[in-house]
Amino acid sequence: MEHYTMNLTLKVWRQKNSNDKGRFETYQVSDISSEMSFLEMFDVLNERLIKEGKDPIAFDHDCREGICGMCSMYINGRPHGPWHANTTCQLHMRAYKDGDTIVVEPWRANSFPVLKDLVVDRAAFDRIIQAGGYISANTGNAVDANAMPVEKEKADAAFAAAACIGCGACVAACKNSSAMLFLSAKVSHLALLPQGEPERKTRVLNMVQQMDKEGFGSCTFTEACEAVCPKEISVTNISRLNKEYLAAGLSVDK
Amino acid sequence: MKILPGAITVGWQAYSVALKSQLIHFRMKWSEFFTSSVGKKLVMAFTGLFLISFLVVHVGINACVFADIYDDTDNGKMFNKAAHFMGSSYVIRLMEIGLFIGILAHIVQGYMLEVQNRSRRKQGYAVSMGSKGSAWYKKSMTLLGTLILLFLIVHISHFWVPSRITYAETLNQATYNGVEVHDVFSKMAEVFSQPIWVILYLLGCFSLAWHLLHGFQSSFRTVGVHNKKWLALVQSVGVGFSIIVPLLFALMPLSFYFGWVNNN
Repeated sequence: MEHYTMNLTLKVWRQKNSNDKGRFETYQVSDISSEMSFLEMFDVLNERLIKEGKDPIAFDHDCREGICGMCSMYINGRPHGPWHANTTCQLHMRAYKDGDTIVVEPWRANSFPVLKDLVVDRAAFDRIIQAGGYISANTGNAVDANAMPVEKEKADAAFAAAACIGCGACVAACKNSSAMLFLSAKVSHLALLPQGEPERKTRVLNMVQQMDKEGFGSCTFTEACEAVCPKEISVTNISRLNKEYLAAGLSVDK
Repeated sequence: MKILPGAITVGWQAYSVALKSQLIHFRMKWSEFFTSSVGKKLVMAFTGLFLISFLVVHVGINACVFADIYDDTDNGKMFNKAAHFMGSSYVIRLMEIGLFIGILAHIVQGYMLEVQNRSRRKQGYAVSMGSKGSAWYKKSMTLLGTLILLFLIVHISHFWVPSRITYAETLNQATYNGVEVHDVFSKMAEVFSQPIWVILYLLGCFSLAWHLLHGFQSSFRTVGVHNKKWLALVQSVGVGFSIIVPLLFALMPLSFYFGWVNNN
């Protein structure tokens, strides 16, 4: 693809802290290379803001390789921007042309309070994982990996679910701010494998309970989450989660 | 050696406290089972599937009005007899109570969920996602359901109230083989001679079709159908059901209005 430069108008959400009301601020950026990543464009803008003695825009990022789940911008009405199966850090400026206006907002959900500018607190996801997203492993010698047979299809499905990076785009896209795609990926990943069997029932019940405590909405299968998921987690996992919940809820002896 | 029993006791106490908190943590009473975010959706799905099964019975019984198309001397006999059977059997009258409970549960739970789900994002987006990612009707189930509810109020007052409560003043009687039955067929002919009701019923069927198009497959997925083979079946049957059933219902007011079926 031909290299080009562009001038853009950015409308970015600025919010000092979680108590601040927040507002949009407009920035003009010029000579942006089509080969820059979206976050590099923000780096350029932030360096300019620092030189001008202004507060740079806070945004989350870590690996910038699309695998850590830290970046979280809602760009022009879509989490992680316009590209399919993509994270914000892997979005490149060739997606835009000279003169474009780009509106950048933080994830919006009561359970993801804004800490500053585009940074939201996603600790709710950590607490859901703590409620049951693990397996027990006995101490002693490690068991031979091949001693426990796993069906190829199930291993593949578990792996596909395990690809969830917990970025929260599903919550950001859902009209109900539901975390069900995230939760279903975590539950499916372990429910499909023999290693997940001992805590199978308590896991799903505890994790659903924690999700409700965190204040996420419920799933109405609009499939907006699947459309924006950078790791293409399937909504089929949500049906599997519901089946796990139904089976556990009806059979648990409590 | 005196240390050991003490350590064991402390260890055991810590273990049992941990165990207890774990046990309390995953306690699951019936009330909790149905009131979690997943449980509430299960209520929506099970009542929805129940109402879908009712639609099969309703459309089947009412399709008897079309008998007059094939036999001009029928004049609603087949339909009136079927309606009489539905109204005169205590078993079916009991099921009718269950039906009303199911409808009410679906409506009340639906509105409560909508209010709750909307409250999960106090501050909205400046640029909304629109229909990027999900079709309009999938996101408009409450609106479509409300339209169906408004239609139902009119529909129940048109036919259910006269045939169950006020029949003495509102319905004619028809006699077949010495058995006297309510002439609901002529009531239909009377209601559907007015264009306003025909249009309203068509709008009701239209809302039902879109509501079913999402609701049919979504309710199966909510109760846990994730197997590819079954999901494909549910989705294609769902599309067929959402077109055929509302279409058959829509043909009823049209058939009366255009005189394809009549009582002479």
